[in-house]
Amino acid sequence: METPRIQRDARPESMLINMGPSHPAMHGTIRIMLELDAERILNAEVEVGYLHRGFEKTCENKTFFNLLPYTDRLNYVSPLINNLGYAMTMEKMLGVGVPERAQLIRVLMSELSRVSDHLTCLAAMAMECGAFTVFLYMMKAREFLWDTIEFTAGARMTTSYIRIGGVRADLHPDWRGSLATAVRETRKVLKDVSGLLDENSIFLGRTRGVGVISKEDALSYGWTGPCLRSTGIPYDVRKASPYLVYDRLAFEVPVGEFGDNYDRYSVRMREMGQSLRLLEQVAALIPDAAPLTGSLGLEPAEAIRRSRRQRPDERVHLSPNLEGSEKERLGGLMTSDGRVGVPPKEDTYTTMEGLIGHFLFFMSGKGIRPPKGDVYFSVEGGNGEVGFYIVSDGTDRPYRLHLRAPCFHIVAALEQLIKGRLIADVIPTFGSMNMIGGELDR
Amino acid sequence: MGNETLIEAIRTKLAAAVESVSESLGDQVLTVRPGSLRSAMAALREGPFDYAVLLDLTCVDYAAGEGRFELVYHLYSMSRNTRLRLKVSVPAADPAVDSLNGLWKNADWLEREVFDMFGVRFDGHPYLRRLLTYEGFEGHPLRKSYPWRLAQPRIPMKDKA
Repeated sequence: METPRIQRDARPESMLINMGPSHPAMHGTIRIMLELDAERILNAEVEVGYLHRGFEKTCENKTFFNLLPYTDRLNYVSPLINNLGYAMTMEKMLGVGVPERAQLIRVLMSELSRVSDHLTCLAAMAMECGAFTVFLYMMKAREFLWDTIEFTAGARMTTSYIRIGGVRADLHPDWRGSLATAVRETRKVLKDVSGLLDENSIFLGRTRGVGVISKEDALSYGWTGPCLRSTGIPYDVRKASPYLVYDRLAFEVPVGEFGDNYDRYSVRMREMGQSLRLLEQVAALIPDAAPLTGSLGLEPAEAIRRSRRQRPDERVHLSPNLEGSEKERLGGLMTSDGRVGVPPKEDTYTTMEGLIGHFLFFMSGKGIRPPKGDVYFSVEGGNGEVGFYIVSDGTDRPYRLHLRAPCFHIVAALEQLIKGRLIADVIPTFGSMNMIGGELDR
Repeated sequence: MGNETLIEAIRTKLAAAVESVSESLGDQVLTVRPGSLRSAMAALREGPFDYAVLLDLTCVDYAAGEGRFELVYHLYSMSRNTRLRLKVSVPAADPAVDSLNGLWKNADWLEREVFDMFGVRFDGHPYLRRLLTYEGFEGHPLRKSYPWRLAQPRIPMKDKA
């Protein structure tokens, strides 16, 4: 067995030490091998792959519809953006358009996820620098955001809410209330955290001028997202190649100056402010759900009670965020293209044709079958450009599906950033990168 | 420079390297001869083309039908905001291509991943070692010949080896 380079080349008088894979600050399982002279890092080697679970291989064995839940588990802090990246790649391949309402909901969900992603990253980074209060504050704000997501999608993290051709169901009836609370609470937390950290000399001492990367190196490493912007390059997929309705919304792309840990912190903080702005804009653009024609229908409990005697003919009144609850709502949420969307449940359960349509969608070898060819599409994730490269051979399974994980490129630079620094600098540098094992190791 | 003129310019400049030019769903695709990959990449990175970012590298296994692996590079030009897809085919019997180490820093890990998953050798890579799987892993999991859910042999414990 070949010994790692760092062991082979180590000077006899220096000390080799492992940081991770199981270390309190290595959230996400990563092994950093360090060659030390006292506390000075002479050399470093990063070993990843502890969370490798064969995502790409699994996808090759799943249908295009089936594999969506696996994308939740890539960047598990902002699963909706992964859903979006995959769904939009497939839409580009199929040439499918998405209704306006669904596009607005997608932007809303993306921005909620982005804020929760940045909050998680900064919370962990601050906690590792000793600022436990910040961690608690930010986790609190994240709960409010995830409440909003959970109301509509039914899950906090494994949402699978954004589907190829649209979104799964409509927003929760009370989404405006929960969103307003989330935005208000997050603003409050951002202000508090700013006050705690921005001029905190301990925090500044561990972040200012630590983990510095130049513009040239950041580009050479393929950095994207807030980490690239911290060096002063304003590259953001939402601005560079706008998707959904981002070109109609007003937001700025905050940039840093020095590319150090503090700039990565500060860019993320300011970006959350912009995302909250976007949330408010897009909430104003989403019209209230149109009332359904006809009667409201029976309450579910009443319908069950009546059905004990005879089958009720009336419509049952269900929450709009239940999948397939009301066929009439689907028009604004899903493309009308029959190739990509799950047929409405009302038809499946009441008509023969609907049932046949349902089986044709889910049967192996049928379902979503994009034309032969390959496609690459990317969206702006919490960490940077989340890109999917999909090769189709005309069947209902991808011939090859590859994820361009933003933090793969960022973590690749970790060795360079910590070489020559002190061992304590590893913690904030690694923390500010927001390494997410799910998308790094796939 | 519009997209068409740009592709024409690349074609003229790299006439010896370019095998074909095509378009796939609005993306420009360039197929390059394996022998001239490194020189073509070096030319694209600099000067008027300015594809300064290596966005992504992956591989597709066509070994069963066509007897080849296809390496897919995605480049991005920050100044012109365009992407370019580059494809290189290598024979499945002895898959090897020049490493891009030295041109881009992320080529190191990207190539290690492709080596790990597909067994494609990158000549000139200073440290071609498995990245996502471990030392002692048998086979290359993303090859089509590798069955899904194949069990791996146990490896000896590291401190006893």
